[in-house]
Amino acid sequence: MSLLEIKDLKVRVDNHDILKGINLTVNPGEVHSIMGPNGSGKSTLAQVLARREAYEVTGGKVLFNGKDLLAMKAEDAACEGIFLAFQYPVEIPGIGNAYFLRSALNAIRKYHGQDEMDAMDFLPLYKEKLKLLEMDEKLMNRSVNEGFSGGEKKRNEILQMAILQPKLAVLDETDSGLDIDALKIVSKGVNAMRSPDRAMIVVTHYQRLLNEIVPDFVHVLANGRIVRSGGPELALELEQKGYVDIDSETRQPVTA
Amino acid sequence: MIAATEQIGTYLDSFTEFHKRAPGKGQAWLRELREKAFARFCETGFPTTHDEDWRFTNVSPIAKTSFQLATVEKLPTLERVEPFFVPGRACQLVFVNGKFAEALSSIGNLPSGVRVSSLAAQISRDPAALQPHLGRYLNIDRDAFSALNTAFLEDGAYVHIRRGTVINDPICILFISTSSEKPLMSHPRNLIVAENETQATIVEDYVSLGESPAFCNTATELVAGDNAVVSHYMVEREHQQAFNISTLRLQQGRSANVSSHSLLLGGGLVRNNVHPVLAGEGSECLINGLFIGNAQQHLDNYMLVEHASPHCASRQFYNGILDDQAHGVFHGRIIVHKDAQKTDAKQTNRNLLLSDDARIDTKPQLEIYADDVKCTHGATIGQIEENALFYLRSRGIDEISARKLLLLAFANECLDRMATNPAREHVERLINEHLLTIANSTKNLAKLTSADSRRNWEEIG
Repeated sequence: MSLLEIKDLKVRVDNHDILKGINLTVNPGEVHSIMGPNGSGKSTLAQVLARREAYEVTGGKVLFNGKDLLAMKAEDAACEGIFLAFQYPVEIPGIGNAYFLRSALNAIRKYHGQDEMDAMDFLPLYKEKLKLLEMDEKLMNRSVNEGFSGGEKKRNEILQMAILQPKLAVLDETDSGLDIDALKIVSKGVNAMRSPDRAMIVVTHYQRLLNEIVPDFVHVLANGRIVRSGGPELALELEQKGYVDIDSETRQPVTA
Repeated sequence: MIAATEQIGTYLDSFTEFHKRAPGKGQAWLRELREKAFARFCETGFPTTHDEDWRFTNVSPIAKTSFQLATVEKLPTLERVEPFFVPGRACQLVFVNGKFAEALSSIGNLPSGVRVSSLAAQISRDPAALQPHLGRYLNIDRDAFSALNTAFLEDGAYVHIRRGTVINDPICILFISTSSEKPLMSHPRNLIVAENETQATIVEDYVSLGESPAFCNTATELVAGDNAVVSHYMVEREHQQAFNISTLRLQQGRSANVSSHSLLLGGGLVRNNVHPVLAGEGSECLINGLFIGNAQQHLDNYMLVEHASPHCASRQFYNGILDDQAHGVFHGRIIVHKDAQKTDAKQTNRNLLLSDDARIDTKPQLEIYADDVKCTHGATIGQIEENALFYLRSRGIDEISARKLLLLAFANECLDRMATNPAREHVERLINEHLLTIANSTKNLAKLTSADSRRNWEEIG
């Protein structure tokens, strides 16, 4: 059974049709990259998969592990194993980073009928993952993302992913705004999590990230539809030619 | 107006009766203090919303009710009262409807420099020791409730900390309003004298047993001598039929460092007055508060910070969380007197409104008569951030817990300003329990949007 099956997904935001019929199948172990120009609907797709309610689904269906994902609340999708690394991680003053992560981990453990982890047990796990992402232990007591640099915020997303161990990770422009050193650290963290039973969807605007996280499949999203799919070589082609051709192709009026 | 006059008549009856049996009635200065205060109250009556200081708070529900002074009655059992006690306390004084309940109190082992008793007992034992302070600071002319409290001055806590004494664990004072057939009033009066170079923490905790309306009009005079470091906590957690007017008057000596922490969770109509006078050079004052209201609660915070000497610093931070039809008020008045050069005064009021019908009135008022000062004030009104809520939920945290976590984060700003102490743990526990209740009422959640009704303003003056 495939892990994620998106069939003819249509989504509207503020009375605009953003996704106009997406079809995508992701199997365990696969890494899919979704590329495309600004405004093509990449982030919308990522947010819908994480079950953001502000996005109105007007058609299609999504099965995750055989379950109806669109019927799930955000927290249930997370507990079922979906993780979204945010393009713009949210600052939450007043909640400690470690406390937040332990609360999240325990919510997921509880959902699966496992015992909650206390602070003493959690600490070694947290420290180990901090090390993997070359993050300062001082971040432990800081508020979630508050006062973090752009790179620290993105690393913090991957840190969360490393602790929560999702079945499907959706990385939304995790590379944007990172310098090459930070990009390598983040990629190292992501690659460490590749496994035969975990899938990833890497949303990006640039090919650069895909040198570090090499995908199995590349899809091009334009104007609310997947217009091309291929192997990693497609990303290189896009890097050279840009999205110009694709853009003009899809802007043609559709006759049905 | 007629109704108000009639009510003053019932207060006159109460006062005449009280005057005959009042403790220390033989003391001329005490008698005069009470008589002057009562005359002042009769003159002004209860304030109305035409009074600038009471613009947002209508006290007519208090003025219209015939409250009776509580008479001696059966005390609640220790089992009923004990859950209110503060773990880790140095001592616990208990007052029932304003009167000291010795059987429920425990003085414990206090350091030799600390003296704790009921005010009534101190008046009978040694009234002369009280005379230099009692009634010297609270201004009966500017506030009818202070006048009323002074007129009915009878009992409350008396704490005296001798020069150089340090006491770490909190001195806890519990005020219980009990149910009765007739609405009861009480006017607890506390006097806390912390001499030079002392250190202490005081907790005033207001609770109720039973559900009938009660009016608690309390006043505390706290004198902090030179170099004294004093933390004062006020917790209001009475039921929602209660009226609670409290006034904390702080008098600070040279380099005295006083923190006032207020936590308003309960009460139907609540007015929390905090009035520090920075009388000694280089003194510092932190005024920290959190008010959390739901249903029809009305929680009014009136701050009056007087800078009377040079090089003093004051910090006001009040956070409000309001749900349902709750109404919050923050009035932050700062007066910098002519000689108070190099004053550094700051005031911040932040509010979260959780429903469309919740309301906050926030008002800064700066009066500066010195020319070399730094005064800033700011206020924000916002809602729970939808982005933050989604972020937490996308990590597996359910909606109610996520909401509670965000409310707690907002409340933590106030908790973080409290020193580590059993008193802080006590209020932290109360806040935790209370926020879970607030977070559970998710009825307005769907309506929340972050963008349009957000307002912010910040000014520097």
